Amino acid sequence: MHHTLDIQDLHFSYPDGRVALRGVSLFINPGEKTALVGPNGSGKSTLLLHLNGILRGEGEVHVCGKELTDDSLRQIRALVGLVFQDPDDQLFSQSVYEDVAFGPLYMGLPKEELEQRVRQALEDVGMAGSETRVPHHLSEGEKKRVAIATVLSMDPEVLVLDEPTAGLDPRGRRELIQLLRGLPQTMLVATHDMRMVAELFERTVIIDEGQVVGDGQTAQILAEPHLLARHGLEAP
Amino acid sequence: MHIDLTDQYQHRESLIHHLDPRVKVVVTLFFILVVGLVRHGSWIAFGALFLGVLGYAAASRLGMFYAVRRSFIAIPFLLAAAPLPFIIPGPTLISFPALNLTISEPGTIRFVSIMLRSFIAVQAGILLAATTPFPDLVWAMCSLRIPRPLVAVIAFMYRYIFVLADEVIRLMRARAARSPEIPGKGKPSLLWRGRVTGSMVGSLFLRSLDRSERVYGAMASRGYDGEMRTYSTFQMRGADWISLIVFSLLILGSLSLMFLR
Amino acid sequence: MLFSPTPLHIPDGFLSIGVSVVGWILAVVFIGIALRQTKDQLGERQVPLMGVIAAFIFAAQAINFPVAAGTSGHLLGGTLAAIVLGPWAGTLVMTAVIAVQALLFQDGGLLAMGWNIMNMGVITTFTGYAVYMLVIRFLGPTTRSRLIGGFVGAWLSVIVSASAAAIQLAISGTSPLHLGLPAMAGVHAIIGLGEAIITVGAIGLLQASRPEVLTTGETAPGKRTATFTLVGLLVALAVAAFSPLASARPDGLEFIAELQGFLGLAQGPSFELMPDYTLPFLSDPVLTTMLAVAVGTLVVFGLAWLIARSSVHRGTVRD
Ligand SMILES: Nc1ncnc2c1ncn2[C@@H]1O[C@H](COP(=O)(O)OP(=O)(O)OP(=O)(O)O)[C@@H](O)[C@H]1O
Ligand SMILES: [Mg+2]
Repeated sequence: MHHTLDIQDLHFSYPDGRVALRGVSLFINPGEKTALVGPNGSGKSTLLLHLNGILRGEGEVHVCGKELTDDSLRQIRALVGLVFQDPDDQLFSQSVYEDVAFGPLYMGLPKEELEQRVRQALEDVGMAGSETRVPHHLSEGEKKRVAIATVLSMDPEVLVLDEPTAGLDPRGRRELIQLLRGLPQTMLVATHDMRMVAELFERTVIIDEGQVVGDGQTAQILAEPHLLARHGLEAP
Repeated sequence: MHIDLTDQYQHRESLIHHLDPRVKVVVTLFFILVVGLVRHGSWIAFGALFLGVLGYAAASRLGMFYAVRRSFIAIPFLLAAAPLPFIIPGPTLISFPALNLTISEPGTIRFVSIMLRSFIAVQAGILLAATTPFPDLVWAMCSLRIPRPLVAVIAFMYRYIFVLADEVIRLMRARAARSPEIPGKGKPSLLWRGRVTGSMVGSLFLRSLDRSERVYGAMASRGYDGEMRTYSTFQMRGADWISLIVFSLLILGSLSLMFLR
Repeated sequence: MLFSPTPLHIPDGFLSIGVSVVGWILAVVFIGIALRQTKDQLGERQVPLMGVIAAFIFAAQAINFPVAAGTSGHLLGGTLAAIVLGPWAGTLVMTAVIAVQALLFQDGGLLAMGWNIMNMGVITTFTGYAVYMLVIRFLGPTTRSRLIGGFVGAWLSVIVSASAAAIQLAISGTSPLHLGLPAMAGVHAIIGLGEAIITVGAIGLLQASRPEVLTTGETAPGKRTATFTLVGLLVALAVAAFSPLASARPDGLEFIAELQGFLGLAQGPSFELMPDYTLPFLSDPVLTTMLAVAVGTLVVFGLAWLIARSSVHRGTVRD
């Protein structure tokens, strides 16, 4: 079983006592592109942060068949490419090159391969030639794309993205959707962008108050206005 | 809204811009050290060092007076040295009997020397910042054996200055938008305004704290293990060594001028 | 422009080489210990947390409020950083801020940076933190005592570090102590009020919305070390300030005159090559005093650190 994500009965509360996940179970097939939708504060970001062990709750998380434990943590972080919602959190280095090279550097890759990976990742997101640019000087759409390149350079099996289209103008959004469509990885994407959901993802999972409340083919889910309305969502 | 703090660096195609940043850092520090070693009143040595700064600016294609125009930042501090001409005993230069004040020659020499020192030293700093991109400076610090975590903190700080400065501007704008001044109505007290400012600082701190947590998450998820790693960027070439030696000799030569009269 | 030069950033040229070197030696020692302490305290979060908080201090210094006649109050931040992160992390954060201000904006010199780090990164954070903790200790960990502690701590920290700067300037022969010390302390007693008010405002907000942030700082390591270090530093500064004065009559004029004798600067312009000329930092009694003081501080400090460490060990064993 490769490229899969398997979450079983995951519970999590923040240190201040707020319960964010109440028993989430989810299985995602190899190569499947899945959308994760739900109202603000429903627990989407919290769930994604569990997928490479940034947060650790009760329950089990398996990535590519491996259980996430203290021992497998570093290995799993190399398998799961997690892109944060705010690219200013993702891009913390002084140049685009350094940022895209960060993951490979910690994977201990030799210099030639590292350079090759950086070049390839930037090319994949259409940002070739921007190695020396300063992250602060990039446009919002460019930042989002470089943020994705920072995990593509690690050649992950699974891509986990938090609201990739938030804050993008229509063209930037269109380009991003094209980019995601072309990527072969298993994907779990949290988003409020229902039009993108309809266009890009074969499967949709609805989460509300820390629980999975709907899961199925995107076309089916979008055809249930009552379900959507109950959880503060709208069909596009 | 972006604030451009990077305009300290001025890109040009010059020999100096292409030098290894370590050479520039070492030469600048050495220069500033020598400026501090020149004895008071050694005008020839001060003159030579000033010419050196002008020449360096010209060689960087920044224009000879680039640094001079930006070097007045130390002026307020001169106030600290201002009493020197009046209180150091010695041959009188000018006296104001009405005020019971005299200006002494050694005091004046000392004051002018301090002024020249800070004036020349600050230009060296300006030229370093103008000819070296900050990331290169950070790299140079790292390879000059400044502890890596400290350098990494500085690099992170530089990155997030921009992001937080944008947040500050938004905060200040929001405050301005909600502080109308109605003619005839009193303004809120100073204490109140100060505390509002404090609350802004506090909430900016909380946001920064949360951000640092997210940044840490983004690092950890890409394999960060607590050690900062870097790769080498620059190699010392022949031109770098030659420049290092030539600049050092020029600086030492200028210093030796203070023994002349 | 998003920064304003403050009178505490000493530019190059105002401190003699000897005084600057002593400042750097002290700064290097303190930074070294701060690096180790914060690594223990923060682990993998050390770099991202302190980097972002350093950017925060830099940005927060730009948030000002108009006081009067074109002047405005704003923050230096040493005390606030120490209160929320602990004194060692505060030292490191302020060091980064001072380094960037000097490198990028020439706000504060490079040779003078050692003392700038000591004044604004060590003395402010430790004074502010020690006072804050002292007040909490006596009045209990209530909101009121935090606000009082923050106010007094922030205010005193600015005055103490301004006085320290005045002493360094006096020893360098740049500014007579009898004028410089009252002037620096006086001006900063007023500037410090802005610092105190803003610090209190920030503590108030943290207390109301995320009180756990304050307790993190209060339980950060280095409390005992900070107290010892602070005492050692203050003693050192007092000795450094008054040793040249104590030998002569405590009169600024005499002091400066004497200082010129020390530094060999009062003689008229030299005509010959000065065969017996020595570099000023080798034959300088003031400097010898300073070095002695520095060594003394380090010894006191080392002792304090050992004591603190052994007590920390015992603490962890008991847990
Ligand atoms: N660091 C934190 N500390 C305490 N509570 C938190 C923290 N982060 C999130 N929460 C809470 O956990 C719950 C889930 O938050 P989460 O960020 O996962 O929601 P989300 O679905 O991503 O929302 P959005 O659509 O707004 O991004 C919310 O109630 C939120 O207030
Ligand atoms: Mg979210």
